Amino acid sequence: MTTRAEYCVIACAEAWRDGGEILASPMGLIPSVGARLARLTFAPDLLLTDGEATLVRPDGTAEGWLPYRQHLELVTGGRRLVMMGASQIDRYGNQNISCIGDWARPRRQLLGVRGAPVNTLNNPTSYWIPKHSRRVFVERVDMVCGVGYDRAAGARHHRVPRVVSDLGVFDFATPDRAMRLASVHPGVTVEQVQEATGFALVVADEVPCTREPTAAELRLIREVLDPGNTRAREVPL
Amino acid sequence: MTDKTMTAEEAVSRLESGMTLGIGGWGSRRKPMALVRALLRSGVTDLTVVSYGGPDVGMLAAAGRIRTLVAAFVTLDSIPLEPHYRAARERGAFELVEVDEAMFMWGLRAAANRLPFLPVRAGLGSDVMRVNPALRTVTSPYDDGETFVAMPALRLDAALVHVNRADRLGNGQYLGPDPYFDDLFCAAADTAYLSCERIVDTAELTKAAAPQTLLVKRHAVTGVVEAPGGAHFTSCAPDYGRDEVFQKRYATTPWEEFAARYLAGDEAAYQAAARGDA
Repeated sequence: MTTRAEYCVIACAEAWRDGGEILASPMGLIPSVGARLARLTFAPDLLLTDGEATLVRPDGTAEGWLPYRQHLELVTGGRRLVMMGASQIDRYGNQNISCIGDWARPRRQLLGVRGAPVNTLNNPTSYWIPKHSRRVFVERVDMVCGVGYDRAAGARHHRVPRVVSDLGVFDFATPDRAMRLASVHPGVTVEQVQEATGFALVVADEVPCTREPTAAELRLIREVLDPGNTRAREVPL
Repeated sequence: MTDKTMTAEEAVSRLESGMTLGIGGWGSRRKPMALVRALLRSGVTDLTVVSYGGPDVGMLAAAGRIRTLVAAFVTLDSIPLEPHYRAARERGAFELVEVDEAMFMWGLRAAANRLPFLPVRAGLGSDVMRVNPALRTVTSPYDDGETFVAMPALRLDAALVHVNRADRLGNGQYLGPDPYFDDLFCAAADTAYLSCERIVDTAELTKAAAPQTLLVKRHAVTGVVEAPGGAHFTSCAPDYGRDEVFQKRYATTPWEEFAARYLAGDEAAYQAAARGDA
């Protein structure tokens, strides 16, 4: 029986399909498992870090050096696909991790913009949201950190390929680049997703299910990449 | 050759209220905490702090020493949100100049190169532009015609950084996996104070380590402070990792109580108290 967390791993891994020889920068546990799964299966040329300054192969062998200063330059070189978190995200993919409420005097100070502005204007930026709710999927974010389609003004390197949550997968493959429900994870209904989203999603008549993992992928997730099942802590279903 | 060794107190005595102060390291990694603690013991206040923020920012904010903060984030890494910074922000204790991580780096680069700004492809479309109305854009004069943010130089009156080794002249060496931006902080500053785990003879620096570990050059350094444990409780690889137990105590203890227990005495008293509670 495939768990919800495992569907989430698969959906995150798909973000790096056909990525080629680029740096995969997953933030959060399930995206990290997903990126390494992609590297071990259908995206073998991906570069991965140890979370600090070393580029490592899946077996831990160091193959390169990437301190923050080089990482920031790799971002502007564009050969990278990042999957960030989001405290808030809106229908055009604007993302907030800075603060909640009025920026001048926030109700809740969060991390700050971090690298979201530079990421979104320079390399494809996807998002991972472990708990899909109206508090996260909002009509309007309080502080635009990651830039969405309605504010990118066609910036030449701007792209938000996908958003993955514990309920489904979302993209912006619509005429006005509004968020679309691309697939629901098995066991989730379209109504459930709409109920948990604070704006009107674009929903086709038939919404497919997120694909099943292969037997080999399940084995890799369970035996090689996350034998301690830490993924269940991020998505407990 | 000029011997630049001094105590943390002597270094801090050269700082003045109202200065723009850059602090090296990153988050809760290799922060010049002994110099920050010395700053907290001094009367220096009303600071503009420029930092990839960690507990340096949290402590100075909690102690009311910051007038303006220039930062892309403030974090304790293993504890994502810095509680003292967060509380200070939520009570409106200082002004914030919030920029992106890369904008920050290019701001330091501009200052180090004595340029008024550098063009960056970051910030446009984001609310960084809204909350920093003084930011300007610049358009490429070439055929591409692309518009960029003109990130202004982050020129510093003084920089505080901490490294693994240094000689008495101010040649500073990092031995961990990441230099962070400490050389840039020093180059962007009028004066720079370099603390280190151990002062060694110049020849000793390259006995076991490659010359590219020599991150900070002496021409950019004003004072050298020997401060063993001087990054505590942040990490200082490979000399020591982050003191997670102590960091958690810092994050969960009310500031007044923490300050009374650990910051009332000198650095030796701090180190003794921190070790005693380990």
